[in-house]
Amino acid sequence: MGFLASIGRGTISIFATIGYITAFAAISLSHCVRPPFYPRLILHQIIEIGYYSLPVVGLTAIFTGAVLALQSFSGFGFAGEATIANVVVWGITRELGPVLAGLMVAGRIGAAMAAEIGTMRVTEQIDALTTLSTNPYKYLIAPRLIAAIATLPLLVLIADVIGVLGGFLVSIYDFGFNPTTYLKSTWDSIDAPGFISGLVKAAVFGFVVALMGTYHGYHSKGGAQGVGQATTNAVVSASILLLLFNFIITAMFFAT
Amino acid sequence: MSSLGDTPKIVIRELHKAFGENRVLRGIDLDLPAGKSLAVIGGSGTGKSVLIKSIIGLLEPNSGSIRVDGDETVGMSPDRRERITRKFGMLFQGAALFDSLPVWENVAFGLTQARNMVRSDARDAALDAMNIVGLDDDIADRAPAELSGGMQKRVGLARAIATRPEILFFDEPTTGLDPIMGSVIDNLILKSVHELGATALTITHDMASARRIADNVALIHQGRIVWHGPVGDIDHSGNDMVDQFINGRSIGPIQLQGAT
Repeated sequence: MGFLASIGRGTISIFATIGYITAFAAISLSHCVRPPFYPRLILHQIIEIGYYSLPVVGLTAIFTGAVLALQSFSGFGFAGEATIANVVVWGITRELGPVLAGLMVAGRIGAAMAAEIGTMRVTEQIDALTTLSTNPYKYLIAPRLIAAIATLPLLVLIADVIGVLGGFLVSIYDFGFNPTTYLKSTWDSIDAPGFISGLVKAAVFGFVVALMGTYHGYHSKGGAQGVGQATTNAVVSASILLLLFNFIITAMFFAT
Repeated sequence: MSSLGDTPKIVIRELHKAFGENRVLRGIDLDLPAGKSLAVIGGSGTGKSVLIKSIIGLLEPNSGSIRVDGDETVGMSPDRRERITRKFGMLFQGAALFDSLPVWENVAFGLTQARNMVRSDARDAALDAMNIVGLDDDIADRAPAELSGGMQKRVGLARAIATRPEILFFDEPTTGLDPIMGSVIDNLILKSVHELGATALTITHDMASARRIADNVALIHQGRIVWHGPVGDIDHSGNDMVDQFINGRSIGPIQLQGAT
């Protein structure tokens, strides 16, 4: 009986959490489209999320592209510029570019958002915002959501280019392929649905990462330990949701 | 409970607030006369913070009534609530300064964000508010983390009065300060309240502070107001709980929570 009760409590808790997150997302999105807007805060977040994530996303992308080319040639036994270029372009633009950039941003930005907003919560700074007639959703949450949704596609676009460059460098300097032929094959491999699906994924991942970071930060409690827990929850939940949405979007674009 | 002075600025009736099974406020009745300073005293966990957060709108009461200038705020829509909140200024226990902003932007926050004042004018207004609480202009561009606890409280007070609110709330204003700095903060509170002609509500367990800054005192115990009267009557209130509290005795009708 106790076992069944614990399953019941766990199920109710899961649905309650989904409800809380959905309500939080709905309120936050409604504040994203209603004035007043805070352009300075949005710009600040774009720089934090986009510009400062460039090194880690760029490094991840170039090594991933290089490894993809290496595995395609040595591991899978593919040969020829056209095949390798095709694998690298499809792999990077459809899956690895958006997913890896999303995971890197989840670790870097999701954690930072949860820690910053969580600290503001436990030190009553969010309460202070309310007493100063400033809506915390509008001032803290909406700028982060808008910036993440706008910035992740740009970041993924750059990751795509750098990832393909990684594959190019390995193919040219390691396998001795003809650069012109490889570049032409790369260009020919770019397909609109795959490329667009990657950018759509990026925008959704940006939303998921910012939503989880702000949600867990906003609801943190209990001092330093609570903020630490919020940070962990933000990164873990964003990573899992990101992979879930990756599957859903892929199925929507490519399932026959 | 009857009003002690002029027209009540805030009227609270039968206010209840519970967190699960824990009933924190159990029917608060309280009047806050306009232009007067009320100190709500009481031990830890008696409901002081929940009371002040319910009035400000940070917590939604389960039942009861809170009227501000005659407007019922319990169940009020967020937009209308924001208009009421513009009448408020608050000094938090830990100052609650925004650590991502310099001191002057903290002080000017209510002016730039909620009242759309241009930044140059807001800076001048912030410096004026800082001068009222005895802060020099040269700390205006410093980060809050660079300031001592006492200076942070002053910045918090400057932020609370910068918008020239009608009602000021002080949450444990002297907690964590040495007695001299506590006295300085109390005097600044008195000065600020008098300069603005504001109504003030302070929650504290510091009796010395309550005697300095309050016109009226209310004792809260187990979620109810058990005594309410002028500060001059507190030493001969005839209430055993008040006597125990102001004299700091461990023996009496007030039992410490969790103590046997």
